[in-house]
Order: sequence, then structure tokens, then C-alpha cells
Amino acid sequence: MKCACGKNEATIHEIVVVDGVVQEKHLCPECAETEGISPDPHANIASLLAKHAQPSPAGPSLSGPVAPRRPPSVRSVRCSACGTTFSQFKNEGLLGCADCYKAFEFPLGPLLERAHDGATHHVGKIPRRALAASRGGDLPIEALLGSLEERAERLATLRKQIAEAVAAEHYERAARLRDELRALGSAPSSPGADLPEDRPEA
Amino acid sequence: MNEKPRQPAEPDPNQPGQTALELINTGAEWLRGTGRACDVVVSSRVRLARNLAGFPFMPRASRVDRQQIVDLCHHKLVEAELADRLLWIDLREVSRLDRNLLVERHLISQAHARGKIGNHSVTGGRTGEDEPRAVAVGLPGERLSIMVNEEDHLRIQVVKSGFALAEALTEIDTIDDRIEARADYAFHPRFGYLTACPTNVGTGIRFGVMLHLPALKLTGDIEKVTRAANDMSLAVRGFYGEGSEPLGDFFQISNQTTLGKSERVLLHDLEHEIIPKVIEYERVSRRQLLERRGEAIADQVHRALGVLTHARLLATDEATRLLSQLRLGVAMGLIEKVDQQVVHNLMLLVQPAHLQRASGRNMTQAERRIARAELVRNRLAEAMTRRT
Repeated sequence: MKCACGKNEATIHEIVVVDGVVQEKHLCPECAETEGISPDPHANIASLLAKHAQPSPAGPSLSGPVAPRRPPSVRSVRCSACGTTFSQFKNEGLLGCADCYKAFEFPLGPLLERAHDGATHHVGKIPRRALAASRGGDLPIEALLGSLEERAERLATLRKQIAEAVAAEHYERAARLRDELRALGSAPSSPGADLPEDRPEA
Repeated sequence: MNEKPRQPAEPDPNQPGQTALELINTGAEWLRGTGRACDVVVSSRVRLARNLAGFPFMPRASRVDRQQIVDLCHHKLVEAELADRLLWIDLREVSRLDRNLLVERHLISQAHARGKIGNHSVTGGRTGEDEPRAVAVGLPGERLSIMVNEEDHLRIQVVKSGFALAEALTEIDTIDDRIEARADYAFHPRFGYLTACPTNVGTGIRFGVMLHLPALKLTGDIEKVTRAANDMSLAVRGFYGEGSEPLGDFFQISNQTTLGKSERVLLHDLEHEIIPKVIEYERVSRRQLLERRGEAIADQVHRALGVLTHARLLATDEATRLLSQLRLGVAMGLIEKVDQQVVHNLMLLVQPAHLQRASGRNMTQAERRIARAELVRNRLAEAMTRRT
């Protein structure tokens, strides 16, 4: 594809949404520089953001009330901590830092589900020291286990997995999942603290 | 390579190569050829992908970041007393040959040897042999290895001989706790342990069982195993893991999903449901082969032994293929003069870097064929004299 200047090949592609209108720009590096669009991910983020009066949001959390299915600007979503764009992540297959998981939480969701057999939440080990600290009262356990909504979602997932295991007569597996459900459910102020005792022994 | 005592100390520029030789001579525990189901299972490994909080992941980590991560990990890992002796190897300080030797011993990945970030190509990312990176190896036995600055800041691996996933998990869990007691990991309540590649996020765990499946390969039923494994979100890979071809009928089966299933559930699926079925399938196929084509099988494994004990020129592929057949003969009780440990050790010793290290010099391919044949002849002759 040629750049708008008609001279060079367009190597920088930017998609911006302003007032719901999608604006595409396909530029060569020279024109991009003139327009103030930097291909360098390490460029000053603040100055980049300042150029776009309406920076595309990192995407609402999945538990948020109204989430548009896929914002057209998703490829240009940028992690404010390390400068990685979602488009860059799609090309390289690697995220740039821990904050990318927050910045790309919305577009990452479907990718994770595909990669992990439909799973959306972590189940399993939690860093011990962080957990111990939470028990000592320094850190609310919610900070480790997620918001009430997130935990409710995890509990629902576990219940579903238990039901599937029981249906397939995998009782040992069901018991194991059940233990996990209990561990999660016994956390203070958990929505699953009053679980019925439906241990799936056949 | 430099050997480190438990206390952090200045790098000790002692004779490079000494440690490589020591590794070859002391041997790795997983090569023993002992343990549960060792007729079919060579080894069981568990690895954890972990990143340190406060540092960018590898693709965005500057050279300074990477050096700081190496220094920090060196200090913390040594301090954590993770093994009787922890060998700290700064990969910039060792020769390419010794880095290849570590790859052949499954202590580091090919990408790590070359200073690349996993199997990914990162635009503008710093990759190359000069990139700050290291590996820590637990001695004796090489059960533990920790790659620093591969695709993630830490890739912790525990390997055991035979079918021992549960034991490997217990061991790596303790090691992980000891490290975590000294360093903050990147963790997110929803996503779990955060990794550079989202395919590892969650538990960051990968169980891998290396199986020797010559009978299933021979009958063609290996295709069924591969298809069934893929249906269960498991990967079937070759002797050297991701991207490697099956070599000498050795296959690695490992989980691919890391999110939404706890370590214990994954372990249970592999240890009690999937792997035992594959083991049984291979055993049944071996028995059937013996019943239906007993003479042909006996002929094949004895021919393999014959070539290995008499050949004057051996290429790596041929040696590996013959050693695989020899292993089958030993496992089926057709050959009693050799034990599995000898076969496993030879599987590594015939690889190019091992061969050159053991011979003490760099060689051309033609020279290696001669040296390889000689080494195999000598080792087998020695082993057979010991047994009789």
C-alpha cells in the first residue's frame, strides 16, 4: 500500500476512532514523522497521548456493565507502562510487561479463551508470601483473589467443571476441584462461603 | 563455566570447560533409566514460567534491565539454597560448544543458547550471544535448572528419571516458594502468574513426559496417540522439545493450557488418566510384536547392537536410531548385556557437542563420525564386560 504522499510504501498504519468515526492513516515513515506519529514504542507516551485528544481506552473490564464487542481501535491500544501496542503484541506474540495484561485485558480475553480451552481465570497456586501478607492483614485478600465479581465468576467456572467431571464419572477430579472451590470459597467475605455440601461421591 | 559456592561471590574465572566435563562425568539423574514405568518413560519434567515484578518482560527489557535481572537472580537463587550445589553459568562467558552441550543435556533451550527470546522474533528486540542471560544448575544430578532471561525472567525446571510427575511437582513447588520468599513475582488475581506469552499465563506450569514409543511408531498407532493428545489440549513433541522432530522414537507429551486448571488438576489428568493409557498402549503393542514377529524384533535389536559395537563410522542420526532400537531390546529383556543408563548416556554422548567435549577437541563432521563410532564401541564393550 502506498502512503498518502503517493511516493513511498506505507509502513505505519494507524486507526483512530473520533466520535465513533473510524479514521485510518497509512503513512510512510517520513510522513508519519511530519504528522507526529512515532513508530518507536519507546517514544514519550505523554506526548503521544497529548496528540490524540481521545486516546482509545484500554478496554473496559469484562465484568463491566456494557462492553462494546470489539472497539475498532483495539490494535492501537497502547500499554502506558511499556509502550507496547496491541498490534505489536499480535505480531510478536509476546507482551511487554505485567501492565500489558491490564491495558489489553479486554482484547486479550477471547485470545486467552481460545488458547486455554475456554478458561478466563486463574485457578491454582497463589504466591505464598503475598497470601501470608494478606492473612497478616496488610493486604486485603480481595487484592489477590480479585473483585467479588471476579471471584463469583471463578466459583461459577469451578462449579461448571465439577458438574462436567461428575457427569463424566471422573470423581477424583471432581473431588479435587471441589477442594479448590472450598479454598476459594472459604476466603473471607467470599460470595461462595455458604456452599452446599454436595460432595460428588458416587 | 564457573562453579559457585552457596554464598554469592565474585565470578570465578577458573578453567572453562572443567564444569562441562564434570557434568558429562557425574551424569544427570534423569539418565539413570530407573523409576516407575521406566521401560517406556525416560523422564518426567515440570517447568514454571515466572517473571519478576517491577521489570519489563524480556521483549521490552533494556540491556541494563537484563543485566539487573541476571545480577538479582544470581544473588537470590544462590541465597535460596536450592540444591546441594548450585552451578551458576553466565552464558556470555562460555563457548558456543559448551552452550550447545547444555542444550543437548536439556538444561537450556536452543533459543537461550543463542540469546533469543524463546521462539519469537521481536521487532527491534535485543537478541544475540552477548545478551545478559544465565542458567543455574542444581548439582549433583542436574535435577534442577533455572534459565534466567529466556522468554520469561525465570524458567524453572525439575527433571526426574521415570514416571514421576507428582514428585517433580512437589520438588519444584518448594523451589518456587523459596525463590518467591526472596523475590516478588508478577501476579494478577485474574490471570495468575504473568508471562510474556499469554499461552503460559495462569499457573505458568508445563508438565512433560518423555516417552520411548518404538512399538507404536512401528505399528503406526503413534498417529492415534498424537490425535488423541491434541484433542485433549496436549502437545506431542520431539526429543528436544518445541519445534524438534521426534528423534529415535522419543516423544514428549505435555500440557498446553495453563489457565483455568490448577497444577493438581493438570497433574492428575496426566498422571492418572492420559500417560498411563499411552504407556499401556505401548506395552501391549510391544507384547503383540513379540508374539507375532518375535524373531524379526529380536533380529532388529541384535543387529542394532551389532552395528553399534562394530561400526567404524557413525552419524548422529544413525547412532540415535540404533540406540533407540537397543533401548527397546533392553526394555523387552531381549538384550541383557547392557542397561538403560548406558543407553541413555550414549544418547547424549553421541550428540556433537558432547562428543567433542568428551574427546577434548573440536572436530569436523567426518572426524566426528569416526570418534562417535569409537566412543560407542568402547562404552558398550566396557558396559558388557562389567555385566558379565
